[in-house]
Amino acid sequence: MSGFSTILRRELTLSLRSQGDVMTVIAFFAIAAALFAFGVGPELNVQSRIASGVVWTTALLAALLSLERLFALDYEDGTLDQLMLSGTEPIAMVLAKTLAHWLTTGLALLIAAPVVALALQLPTQAYGALMMSLALGTPTLSLLGAVGAALILGAKRGGVLLSLLLLPLYIPILIFGAAAVEGATLGLSTSAPYAVLGGLLVAALTLCPWAAASALRHALE
Amino acid sequence: MNGQKFPAAEFSGADLSCRRGGRTVFTGLSFRIVSGEVIVLRGPNGSGKTTLLRLMAGLARAVSGTLHWNDADIADDLCAHGARLGFAGHRDAVKSAQTVRENIAFWASLRGAAPTHVDQALNTFGIRHLSDIPARVLSAGQRHRVALARVAVSGAPLWLLDEPTNTLDDAALNALRDTLSAHLQRGGMIVMASHGDLFLPQARALDLRQTQPAAIAA
Repeated sequence: MSGFSTILRRELTLSLRSQGDVMTVIAFFAIAAALFAFGVGPELNVQSRIASGVVWTTALLAALLSLERLFALDYEDGTLDQLMLSGTEPIAMVLAKTLAHWLTTGLALLIAAPVVALALQLPTQAYGALMMSLALGTPTLSLLGAVGAALILGAKRGGVLLSLLLLPLYIPILIFGAAAVEGATLGLSTSAPYAVLGGLLVAALTLCPWAAASALRHALE
Repeated sequence: MNGQKFPAAEFSGADLSCRRGGRTVFTGLSFRIVSGEVIVLRGPNGSGKTTLLRLMAGLARAVSGTLHWNDADIADDLCAHGARLGFAGHRDAVKSAQTVRENIAFWASLRGAAPTHVDQALNTFGIRHLSDIPARVLSAGQRHRVALARVAVSGAPLWLLDEPTNTLDDAALNALRDTLSAHLQRGGMIVMASHGDLFLPQARALDLRQTQPAAIAA
């Protein structure tokens, strides 16, 4: 496990030093959400009606933004070769990098989400559900993303390919994430969408690191 | 880096064939290396030197043939095989956003090497004075020295080096020669691809021209 924490620490250092990475994600999230607000016009009840879906959709797109670079930079500069040979289990390495991605995007989105939701007139009673659903859903986005990011290594226009690969897989998370917020808005129980999001997270946590590690091995051949 | 001797070991490959992009790079290649030995891979561009090194590292997979470390197939535990080798490829794996010391210290700590080894490697390769500057300002030769220092701190018995003498000046070349000799004296093994002089007196050449598909057909 020492390899896991060493890699995690380095990933966090690197992403904090390349300032702007985290800010880009947040800025994209805010601007994309603002576009929806401008698009539907100033009518408050329309905005608050679509707020849950808009926050979730834009958060999901923002998470996608930085995924392309998750393994691509390390692949290009030879770091991935070295990580594979470092004696750390590739699965632990994938988990460390994915956790670092979540901490620098998922967590950042989680912090920015209430502000964006406020701008979109999300009803007050839905904020708890918004945070809870994002907390359960965004780690799954990062985990699925790690598999996608590993699969596109070496491909031209990896970013476009990654979107095509991942967005369909993100649909269930979007449906249940938005459903939780929607449910809370209407005063319904949110335990069912939480259970599904939690289940998806557990499934992703068990399968994705393994799949991504295999894809990485394949990419390096 | 420390004076400890490596336990005697043997690394061998039998009847290896490799294809890249639909083309057979080499076929029927066998080798055997034991503690304290050095093999230099020779051959023209495209003869498979880099491919063979990646194969030995367990990064690439052979179409046929096996690689053994002390009778154990390396494919059974690629992670453990990675831990016993230091690899310096074409790409130097140096992160521009980190300082020279941080770059080397990261790999040292992944390998469980003591921090004193980092200083020692910095000294050996003459990059001590650069240790606190960001790697983005390094020249190609300096980056290459950092990559070699990473291999030196790995504490691994088997070193796989792809054109280690490229971009190095005379001083670095001497440092490399001394480091390699010390590694061999500790009972380490070295396989390196090189166009230049063998530059280590005890080096054994493995000529990849003899394992080209054309050479075998003729």
